Amino acid sequence: MDLFEYQARDLFAKHGVPVLDGEVIETPEAARAVAERLGGRAVVKAQVKTGGRGKAGGVKLAADPEDAVAKAGQILGMDIKGHTVHKVMLAATADIAEEYYVSFLLDRSNRTFLAMASVEGGMEIEEVAVNNPSALAKIPVDANEGCTAEKAAEIVAAAKFPVDVADQIAEVLQQLWKVFVAEDALLVEVNPLIKSGDGRIIALDGKVSLDANADFRQPGHEALEDKAAANPLEAAAKAKGLNYVKLDGEVGIIGNGAGLVMSTLDVVAYAGEAHGGVKPANFLDIGGGASAEVMANGLEIILGDPDVRSVFVNVFGGITACDAVANGIVQALELLRSKGEDVTKPLVVRLDGNNAELGRQILTDANHPLVQQVDTMDGAADKAAELAAAK
Amino acid sequence: MAIFLTKESKVIVQGMTGSEGMKHTRRMLASGTAIVGGVNPRKAGTTVDVDGSEVPVFGSVKEAIEATGADVTVIFVPPKFTKDAVVEAIDAEIGLAVVITEGVPVHDTAAFWAYAGAKGNKTRIIGPNCPGLISPGQSNAGIIPADITSAGRIGLVSKSGTLTYQMMYELSDLGFSSAVGIGGDPIIGTTHIDALQAFQDDPDTDLIVMIGEIGGDAEERAAAYIKEHITKPVVGYVAGFTAPEGKTMGHAGAIVSGSSGTAQAKKEALEAAGVKVGKTPSETARLARQLLQG
Repeated sequence: MDLFEYQARDLFAKHGVPVLDGEVIETPEAARAVAERLGGRAVVKAQVKTGGRGKAGGVKLAADPEDAVAKAGQILGMDIKGHTVHKVMLAATADIAEEYYVSFLLDRSNRTFLAMASVEGGMEIEEVAVNNPSALAKIPVDANEGCTAEKAAEIVAAAKFPVDVADQIAEVLQQLWKVFVAEDALLVEVNPLIKSGDGRIIALDGKVSLDANADFRQPGHEALEDKAAANPLEAAAKAKGLNYVKLDGEVGIIGNGAGLVMSTLDVVAYAGEAHGGVKPANFLDIGGGASAEVMANGLEIILGDPDVRSVFVNVFGGITACDAVANGIVQALELLRSKGEDVTKPLVVRLDGNNAELGRQILTDANHPLVQQVDTMDGAADKAAELAAAK
Repeated sequence: MAIFLTKESKVIVQGMTGSEGMKHTRRMLASGTAIVGGVNPRKAGTTVDVDGSEVPVFGSVKEAIEATGADVTVIFVPPKFTKDAVVEAIDAEIGLAVVITEGVPVHDTAAFWAYAGAKGNKTRIIGPNCPGLISPGQSNAGIIPADITSAGRIGLVSKSGTLTYQMMYELSDLGFSSAVGIGGDPIIGTTHIDALQAFQDDPDTDLIVMIGEIGGDAEERAAAYIKEHITKPVVGYVAGFTAPEGKTMGHAGAIVSGSSGTAQAKKEALEAAGVKVGKTPSETARLARQLLQG
């Protein structure tokens, strides 16, 4: 989960990383009191989970509280790369002498953590990495040893930070490492980390991405979720414990296992090329178990998606045999009918693997008017795409 | 022969007495695996009746090894306790630890992976969040259904569980030497490259099927490795061509950020290394069949 800047700033402050005073608001009027508290002048910053907001006009300097109201009014509601601005942060102003960059992140390739640091902060770090790679220091950090004082000094030396700020930055690195570990983050990034006119080191802007797998030991993280932005179908699926992602096509997809479902999306998209370009409407992995109840929950979400014109149920019977899955589908359709839900979209079902014959027989016997079976994944995808294109 | 797991393997189960652990211990036993014990400090000294087999429960991995000569552990403990379970297995210097558990925090995986390295990598780790591995007809360590396939001369390495099953089923008449589900988490123990080299060295493997998915650069690295080191034919499949950028697709690792890690980039890298890449799982199976049967 990626956080907003203000949430990252709060986590930085919680673990001792120096930040500027500030507050997040949702209405222009609220800017006045905050600006007054900050001493009149304030930076008004759009809170969006995408880069390039400065270029898009999402960061403005307000000269006084009245101006802060006006600037907040200009930025709230703005569209930045498809993200609508619902919140702005007002922050104290800083006089910037230098802009640096520091981060800790997961290095998948080397299966370890990595510190990155540069004296060339304030711009997209990807650009620095490409245009001036020698200006970006990359130092592995052992997960069990962490960012000790020695490691911080090593990073500072590798990035060639000026001597007058070396100690301060080494300290910030250790505090930032605390954020990374204590919050179960996948990324903590400060860009820019500034040196102010009076020589202080301050985190001016930051990014934090959190590991959802650690939610069980991070009770505070649920409150950081941006529930307003979640797609209503995704929110409903999450409430039912389903692994669902809304996409923009017309063929609803249900399958078991993330890899198989991803593969199903691809196969449907290929098949759709021959049927007016129809595409998958969602990703939905009902997992290895695939009980009737989970199948019913999944079907309910998919059938509730107005974009869906046909449904492809693609199940490989491994641990759960296909007869159990077939019974699940039949029961799921009954369950939905008993709840008064009118199922009108055609379902294409492909069962393969353990007890596939038995499962297919169960569906044949049930003889549901909307269910048709195709024995291969490629053939079933073609049929589902055809049905979606025909409606 | 096979890779990592043979009929000589003696397998213990950490978390055997839990519901998932018991269900799969039963299945592993039924498919011929030599399960020599379970580990649960609270039930040490007892035995568990698994469909007529008396399986002893030990207080620690170390005790289990001393009593049984176990060389493989399969770990089913919940995410909260997974790191401790793997660290215990590493400390006991067991040869292979198969971590089935899904939902392990990345900081925990990073920690036990770094710990394994610090201890000299005496324990091969597979997973976490993986279906385990099977050498059909010999042994089965994990949750791969044994009855969908047969023994043969294809080696399979895959990030995805159900795609592994799909491929094993489609090629069940030809059969497999070993099939290894390495998992799709951001940090995993055994990689595509490790398995590719092991299959290259295995005299009973003639062809390798490699299944990847979006996220990370493991497939690109594997492609480079194949070009340099693998002389056996390799057939590949990559899932996730239509996955949108920035969205997590089930596996914690299956996320595309920017241009690196896309399915297209992985496919191109593999093809450049001489790997035949199927457009769908079925086409991939056909390519493998053609290569093997000439």
